[in-house]
Amino acid sequence: MSGNSTYQPQSKVLQWFEKRLPIGGLIHSSFVAYPTPRNLNYWWTFGGILSMMLGIQIVTGIVLAMHYTPHVDLAFKSVEAIMRDVNYGWLLRYLHANGAAMFFLAVYIHMFRGIYYGSYKEPREVLWILGVIIYLLMMATGFMGYVLVWGQMSFWAATVITNLFSAIPGVGDTIVTWLWGGYAVGNPTLNRFYSLHYLLPFVIAGVVILHVWALHVAGQNNPTGIEPKSERDTVPFTPYATVKDGFFMACFLILYCWFVFYVPNFLGHPDNYIPANPAVTPAEIVPEWYYLPFYAILRSIPDKLLGVVALFGSILILAFLPWLDTSHVKSGRYRPLFKQFFWLWVIVCIGLGWLGSKPPEGIYVIMSRLFTLYYFAFFIVILPLLGIFEKTKPLPNSISESVLGAKA
Amino acid sequence: MTNKNTILALTIATAIAAFAAPAMAQVHEVPAPPAVKWSFAGPFGKYDEGQLQRGFKIYKEVCSSCHSLSLLSIGSLADAGGPGFSEAQVAALAAEYKIKDIDDKGETIERAGRPADHFPSPFANDAAAAAANGGTAPPDMSTLAKARGYMRGFPLFVLDIFTQYQEAGPDYIHAILTGYKDAAPAGFTMPAGGNYNEYFPGHVIAMPKPLSDGQVTFDDGSPATLAQYSKDVTAFLMWAAEPKLVQRKRTGFQVMIFLIVLSGLMYFTKKKVWSAVH
Repeated sequence: MSGNSTYQPQSKVLQWFEKRLPIGGLIHSSFVAYPTPRNLNYWWTFGGILSMMLGIQIVTGIVLAMHYTPHVDLAFKSVEAIMRDVNYGWLLRYLHANGAAMFFLAVYIHMFRGIYYGSYKEPREVLWILGVIIYLLMMATGFMGYVLVWGQMSFWAATVITNLFSAIPGVGDTIVTWLWGGYAVGNPTLNRFYSLHYLLPFVIAGVVILHVWALHVAGQNNPTGIEPKSERDTVPFTPYATVKDGFFMACFLILYCWFVFYVPNFLGHPDNYIPANPAVTPAEIVPEWYYLPFYAILRSIPDKLLGVVALFGSILILAFLPWLDTSHVKSGRYRPLFKQFFWLWVIVCIGLGWLGSKPPEGIYVIMSRLFTLYYFAFFIVILPLLGIFEKTKPLPNSISESVLGAKA
Repeated sequence: MTNKNTILALTIATAIAAFAAPAMAQVHEVPAPPAVKWSFAGPFGKYDEGQLQRGFKIYKEVCSSCHSLSLLSIGSLADAGGPGFSEAQVAALAAEYKIKDIDDKGETIERAGRPADHFPSPFANDAAAAAANGGTAPPDMSTLAKARGYMRGFPLFVLDIFTQYQEAGPDYIHAILTGYKDAAPAGFTMPAGGNYNEYFPGHVIAMPKPLSDGQVTFDDGSPATLAQYSKDVTAFLMWAAEPKLVQRKRTGFQVMIFLIVLSGLMYFTKKKVWSAVH
């Protein structure tokens, strides 16, 4: 996807095919000859890891769908039947459930990396926005997948989240009824969530293709944040990036499989092993860990509508990051002040996650409000002002100079 | 950045992610259940066949009068990694159950059970179960050991990832079974129909003390005590909730060895490939 290919197939058959559909050249220029900055660190391997996780989720999900029944009376039972009676069903289901968590862990690392190294800045704005769209789609997909289990936490999470839309003035209740397909979360809700949960991963895959395309047009950012200037600044994707990504994928699989085989229910909630019961509200309703920071932002604001606005705003504001950050230096490595504000922001995000799991009372409410304030101030106040006032460190002349020293 | 740093960072990121994990079942001002040494804990954990057989006997003679086990087939008692009953034993056991069915003429009949049948429920439906038990149906026991737990708190729950502690459910159930007190402490007002339990959230549990010394006689000479019963029936419930646990842990060990070797080979390949450009 990076300009004209120099790919020349050896065999006559492939030459014949290449003239008619140059897919070999496309793959060659995208994943073999594609020049990657030579100074990429391991934080850059998470794009590959995320592609792998999407693949695992789609494959395990398609097989699970062969055994799952989207009906309020049968959903929970069919999940348990997968766990008990389907050959390796327990493995498929634990891979899928923990895979979602690992997918989010990887995407958060990927996003933090993008923000630290200024990967959203010119000429990568569209690349970044496509990433925000993928993240939004992931959140919708993950939420609906969690509901399909139809345990107590599934049902009540569906009730709480869909009810957020009732905060919209005037038409809120109508929208919620439309989302439910009835007057409460019920069979039509479960059925449409199943349909959408099957559809959205393929939409994600489509946007991922655009994301990779945009990446290969703009080229990868790198830890110095300066663009490659000569061939000495880059190495071919294969074998260099391939083998590096492969190594870290294998490491990530160890972590993932540790959860799947040894602590498969650690990230879940015990209540989700109780079948959904609309008549009994659980003692506490908490979302999956990867939504907790947003849940804390929602609850930190006393007004329901403003809380929902803050919740969606906290995600959508990411799309405006390329224009909120006014600094001309991309990488946080050369921005001493930004670095401190960034790490504080990371701590605040994790802190919000912790607060999201706590009851909304006393000190937790006050902390949630302070943390929410900093979350938004980082984007709206700190980043625009830093570009004006921050004194950045001198940049190296080129990527190769930063790696090999000034002598090279 | 060096590889070591990156791995360390990834570990920290995982710990951080777990830090944000939802709190476990909420328990107010009750002591944490004592940790029992379970045979199925840890990376090489296995169910104890004798214990599961004893536990099943307790379920059959005591629990099953109120609690259903509807997600399990009777035949699953003979599955690998479970209580280790033989096919013949399970067939004989299944035949003891009366299963409601419809015959060729469309008449409702009761026939002898078969291994493929699921365990029949003690009540006709949830409403009947609730009516017979003071308004709330006793929970189905098929997934109970995974549907219960207690708040581990920081930093224990982060360490649980590494120590592989997944027995909060069994520890809680064991604590409930052994946590009944004849009388509530002075000053505690007990609502009508309630029973005092040290470990139940709020201390008021509707279920009367289900197990006492001498209630069930074991064929293998194990002591007929509450201490023995509570461990055995809890292990049985864990098996009922997670029948593929042994298979899972065994497969996991193979997968781990494969992945560690793969990662090692990938690391050295990467080092070799990159040695030319560094």
